[in-house]
Amino acid sequence: MTLAVRIRHSFGDFTLDVDFEAPPGLTVLFGRSGSGKTTVINAVAGLLRPDEGRIAVDGQTLLDSAGRVDLPPHRRGLGYVFQEARLFPHMSVRQNLKFSRWFRKGTRADFGQVVEMLGIGDLLDRRPGALSGGERQRVAIGRALLGDPGILLADEPLAALDDARKAEILPYFERLRDEAAVPILYVSHSAAEVARLATTVVALENGRVAGQGPAADVLGDPMLTPLGARAMGAVLSARVVAHHDDGLSELDAGGVPLFVPRVVQSAGQIIRLRIAAQEVMLSRARPEGVSALNILPGTIEQVRPGEGPGAIVSLATPAGRILARITQRSSKTLGLAEGMHCHAIIKSVAIAPQDIGGQD
Amino acid sequence: MGWLEPQEWEAVALSLRVSFWATLVALPFGVFIAHALARWHFPGKQLLNGLVHLPLILPPVVTGYLLLLTFGTKGPVGALLQDFGIVLAFRWTGAALAAAVMGFPLMVRAIRLSIEAVDPKLEQAASVLGASRAWVFVTVTLPLILPGIIAGSILGFAKAMGEFGATITFVSNIPGETRTVPTAIYAFLQVPGGESSAMRLVVVSVVVAMGALIMSEWLARRAARRVSGT
Repeated sequence: MTLAVRIRHSFGDFTLDVDFEAPPGLTVLFGRSGSGKTTVINAVAGLLRPDEGRIAVDGQTLLDSAGRVDLPPHRRGLGYVFQEARLFPHMSVRQNLKFSRWFRKGTRADFGQVVEMLGIGDLLDRRPGALSGGERQRVAIGRALLGDPGILLADEPLAALDDARKAEILPYFERLRDEAAVPILYVSHSAAEVARLATTVVALENGRVAGQGPAADVLGDPMLTPLGARAMGAVLSARVVAHHDDGLSELDAGGVPLFVPRVVQSAGQIIRLRIAAQEVMLSRARPEGVSALNILPGTIEQVRPGEGPGAIVSLATPAGRILARITQRSSKTLGLAEGMHCHAIIKSVAIAPQDIGGQD
Repeated sequence: MGWLEPQEWEAVALSLRVSFWATLVALPFGVFIAHALARWHFPGKQLLNGLVHLPLILPPVVTGYLLLLTFGTKGPVGALLQDFGIVLAFRWTGAALAAAVMGFPLMVRAIRLSIEAVDPKLEQAASVLGASRAWVFVTVTLPLILPGIIAGSILGFAKAMGEFGATITFVSNIPGETRTVPTAIYAFLQVPGGESSAMRLVVVSVVVAMGALIMSEWLARRAARRVSGT
């Protein structure tokens, strides 16, 4: 199922003008706050009527301002997980989960299966007020799934949660993506979430699509900095080779060994990890006697000076593209230039556990 | 009721009946108008708001007289209703109408406040899950505003029990037909030796008012607990 979105909408002096497609899998609308992400997702849900445009899921047109089609939200057949769970306070968890069944007949989603996947079986008779933030968000996901949505929308569903709760919810979105139950349109301003979840990334900047494509391409593109250089980072795929006794896991990324803090996946599994550009050092000669465990040889593709003192260097390595954020002064001192051979140095402990996730 | 004289009991029973029907009939209109004022944008909204609140600020006698002009047997609406066999003027049904009109602003205010307190985001969530506007109202909004509806009904009921000016102007003070407790107290105070009857009705008024208040508090607290989701 593919979602096609083309909308124009103005409010005040802000103009949103986007055109993108969300193929099957999980598509992240990525950008800083105020870039228009929530406006787009609300237009898809039918909660906001854009000035003009067209929104369609495969053959079904949800909105077409030219053809005067504008399905009301309840007839769009979608699921929506909001930032705050928005559970109905006067209903039990079970009633919340079954809410859409009163209106959508013949839904295929299996109640027991969804409840089990989300681990909310013990909560069914509780009231939303008696749940923790993470539990509430799991129930909200279940409620949306049980409506048998054609597309699942999620607007920063983790933003209101603390780190521990985020780590609790993220795997459920990974599972939804991997089991390909429903296409997901997911709004986020977190590079870590994008790196872990996205099949496709649509980067929004000031109401426009700055870039779209597979996650590794968009996040590894030094020209695209929807959140600024500080949040930049490349996404690599790697295979888990072994777990060592000293708390490290050994990965194989295109033939290069990588050591990272212990991952939950077992040997043989493919995982994706995000390497923040901030945490990468460059060296022209292969360094000796450094404490960092990961040294990747590569060739410089591009050196892009930023507006401040920094520069982003993209390096082609056997493991994939690596981005390094260094100072322009270092870049000059080392005489870095396109085509030059270079080594990327990455401390194992600099790879955050929340930046490592299962692969689709 | 052994300690009430028959004619006193008659006034109490009539007042209860008038207030009950006034509240019951006004309630659906009250919910609808409160919802319209709280959530919809339409031309003439301020005018509607003013009309609803008019009985609160007009002298009750004026409201009663306007009711008589409109719903009297020669009035435009009254004449029309008479064709269907419905007569309001100088009947207990007219007393109920007067009580409903006088209590309406209080009822609408209480319900409107409770509707404004419902997070529209919950209603959005319900609509995305497949509920049409009407179903969103029935399944989400209505249960959440129940405390407001109860509070509004009790206020309307209490106002109906105490309504005097509009009632006596519109439907007069006919024993057994339109002599409610307040008009009965007034009538008893006009005749020598009526003080003891008036006093007993005063006690009844106080007891009914206190009872209504306590019951509404209890119901509202129960409903609020249900709605808060704990």
